[in-house]
Amino acid sequence: MVRLVINGSAQNVAVDEDMPLLWVLRDTLGLTGTKYGCGLSQCGACTVHVNGRAVRACQTFAADLDGATITTIEGLAGPVADAVRTAWIDLNVVQCGYCQSGQIMQATALLARTPRPTDKEIDAAMSGILCRCGTYGRIRAAIHAAATTLGG
Amino acid sequence: MTHLFERLSAAARPLASRPTTSPAPTRRDVLRIVGGAGAGLTIALALPGAAPTAALAAEEADDGKTFAPNAFVRVTPDNTVTVVIKHLEMGQGVYTGLATLVAEEMDAAWEQVRCEHAPADADLYNNLFWGAVQGTGGSTSLANAFLQMRRAGAMARGLLRRAAADAWGVGVDAVDTAAGQLIHPETGERVPYGQMTARAARLRPPSPESVPLKDPEDFTLIGRADLRRKDAPEKVEGRAIFGSDVAFNGLLTALVLRPPRFGGTLKTLDASAAQAMRGVRAVFAIPRGVAVVADGFWQARKARMALKVEWDESDAVRVGSKALWDEYRDLADTPGQTFRDDGDVHAALAKAASSVVEATYTVPYMAHAPMEPLSAVALRTASGIEVRAGSQVPTLDALAIAEAAGVRPDQVTLHTLYAGGSFGRRATPDGDVVAEVAAIARGLFERGIAAPVKLVWTREDDIRGGRYRPMALHRLRGALDEARRPLAWHQRVVTQSILKGTPFESVLIKDGIDGTSVEGVIDLPYAIPNMLGDLHGPDPGVPVLWWRAVGHSHTAFAVESFVDELAHAAGADPLVWRMDLLADHPRLLGVLMLAANKANWSTPLDAGRGRGVAVHASFGSFVAHVAEVTVSASGVTVDRLVCAVDCGLPVNPDVIRAQIEGGTCFGLSAALRGRVTLDDTGKVVQSNFHDFEVLRFPSLPPIEVHIVPSAEPPSGVGEPGVPTVAPAVANAIFAASGKRLRDLPLKLG
Repeated sequence: MVRLVINGSAQNVAVDEDMPLLWVLRDTLGLTGTKYGCGLSQCGACTVHVNGRAVRACQTFAADLDGATITTIEGLAGPVADAVRTAWIDLNVVQCGYCQSGQIMQATALLARTPRPTDKEIDAAMSGILCRCGTYGRIRAAIHAAATTLGG
Repeated sequence: MTHLFERLSAAARPLASRPTTSPAPTRRDVLRIVGGAGAGLTIALALPGAAPTAALAAEEADDGKTFAPNAFVRVTPDNTVTVVIKHLEMGQGVYTGLATLVAEEMDAAWEQVRCEHAPADADLYNNLFWGAVQGTGGSTSLANAFLQMRRAGAMARGLLRRAAADAWGVGVDAVDTAAGQLIHPETGERVPYGQMTARAARLRPPSPESVPLKDPEDFTLIGRADLRRKDAPEKVEGRAIFGSDVAFNGLLTALVLRPPRFGGTLKTLDASAAQAMRGVRAVFAIPRGVAVVADGFWQARKARMALKVEWDESDAVRVGSKALWDEYRDLADTPGQTFRDDGDVHAALAKAASSVVEATYTVPYMAHAPMEPLSAVALRTASGIEVRAGSQVPTLDALAIAEAAGVRPDQVTLHTLYAGGSFGRRATPDGDVVAEVAAIARGLFERGIAAPVKLVWTREDDIRGGRYRPMALHRLRGALDEARRPLAWHQRVVTQSILKGTPFESVLIKDGIDGTSVEGVIDLPYAIPNMLGDLHGPDPGVPVLWWRAVGHSHTAFAVESFVDELAHAAGADPLVWRMDLLADHPRLLGVLMLAANKANWSTPLDAGRGRGVAVHASFGSFVAHVAEVTVSASGVTVDRLVCAVDCGLPVNPDVIRAQIEGGTCFGLSAALRGRVTLDDTGKVVQSNFHDFEVLRFPSLPPIEVHIVPSAEPPSGVGEPGVPTVAPAVANAIFAASGKRLRDLPLKLG
């Protein structure tokens, strides 16, 4: 049993020792906004925030997270999240949308630490999140737009 | 999303209440494919006892307050306009596109429109280019539905106006509409559509063909670049339900262990260790391997690793990529089956022997690798089966489900959910993932386990699961006349048929030629007096499938690279050379010149940098790319890609741009990175994104998309952005370095 604060709500969750956080979120808790894409930290579709940092849930073991605060796409809120989501919608970033939970979790983590990221900083932060629809260019533009909205 | 679960516990409501006397027909019994004019393919279905699942629109109209004049539009008293989308939303923007057409003719406000997937019902929701089949593919969605959706919207508007006219006691012609409101001709009062639904619902809808449509000059939504995608809000909040996301109490998860080589089958199974593991509910053989069903993904995955199996590989593929390439090269030395023969190529090549240019191009097997691995949910009961999936061809999928589940086609209920990408992968003639989940649901039912099950493919299952874009080899020979103009073009294609062995074979393979193997060559547009095309279709047993842009994904690479080689041999500028030879093709010329102008074609570049161009027609649309690259000791950097597209009337310019950007990115990924190879024993080498490389954020250059204004009927944009990317980049590399790369993925030295 681990104690987790998930999207603002404290919960005791029974988990297997070797069970990645991804499957606790998706199968145990029904939080399916966090996606499975590779299971190997190669694609970033499962990105969530653990204590404010963007991590890959498929390679994070729930058993190691006792006391941690976890935010998933369903619970992501606040001015940065609002600015990012608005920019994503306004610039028609989304195509299939499957990777976008991870893209948005990574982008909000970036903007929280780096309010006015350069293209190089965006490349470095976002390179771990794959998209097969080809939305990278619009994601870059949306991150800049969100930064402008936030006055960074 | 509790639909299945309710069915399971209630069980009182039968999935179908039709006679059960007739034996379940097989897919081949019911699927007859016949040739047709125009779209080239008509599929006739004869389903014994089949009745369409109730059209959602009509069903909900029974409340007397919902106005649902046809199968595509529903207006409720809360002033919501629901557009029923007959195609799969897999990222291409079909929700937004079809909703635009309906809203335009209906004079609906964009904000009041929402979309939902249509039920599986080929009578109501067939692809008009495919006869009696409901399905999404070939970049046909907007094109086939262009008039149908506009008529659906216009019909709704006409009935709402009549309802208002009746209510107000004025003439129908006097009632105007704007932004989802009816306007009183005398008082100017504006009444939202939602307030007129009960009255409109009592009117008899006219025939769709009789409804007048707007003059294009009056369009207010079609052509607007600032419409927001309809599926975006739920996708940025993590609320969108993909096939993988169906979740409710009691849902089990299945993984399947499949043979390590294509064509293998199960010989022996020892499931004792797996079955003893916590959370494991059942382990059993299915036609494609061994199903492991557990409480969740993690338990199923661990149990799958604990299976002990032996495979019968007597019919398995045991050949590697290297041996296959040798075989393909040998084949290219011998004449294949002729698919195009203009003039006399052999005489022309003999006459111009001193100027003959010869080159061989290759492209590898390629996985689609959509970000969402394949997944589907099913529940088999005594009365039928219910399936939820991102189904690309519900009509074929439902037949495959019926066969695998052991029920009649009319006992299948299939719900379409969002798909997390597809690129062709979810359109399979044999149902693939939905047939697999149906077999598993049947196995659970037969074991008395009354629970719905979600089948999940891992990424490894996906990359190693076959259904690849076929590898292809093109051998070209060309010659110039004394005036350095092209005299002869001989293209020999060696590639595996996609359609052979499928229900499409009898229609789409004509005289032994699979059209998908030679598209882009059989219709080569360049003015060359002597042209010969011939084809070899080896069958190594590796499952292949249409991959975004299908045959064009390799034919355009060969054709547009070789055009460049001939231009170089003639000492001509590659752009001018193409323009001269495409004088009779104004739309190709249009995109070629637009892309070249926007890319500043004639402005010189620094040493080590180069530009390349390619132009191609596919899926009714015309695309040109200009690539700018830098070649240095560290390799190739693509600096910029400029694209022009002519896809007829641009309905949603920003969706078009997004699709061409996406196709460009997909094409660049294949040009620079992607490939699937078989080791010498026939096993797939790659398994996940660490070795099946796809383009990542930092590698994507700026992409510009320019749309040619047009009033022609709209044509596809999902696929046409792909074919010209690889040849434009390869041609740019040649311009920058003098090195001609002829094998994908492109690698220097």
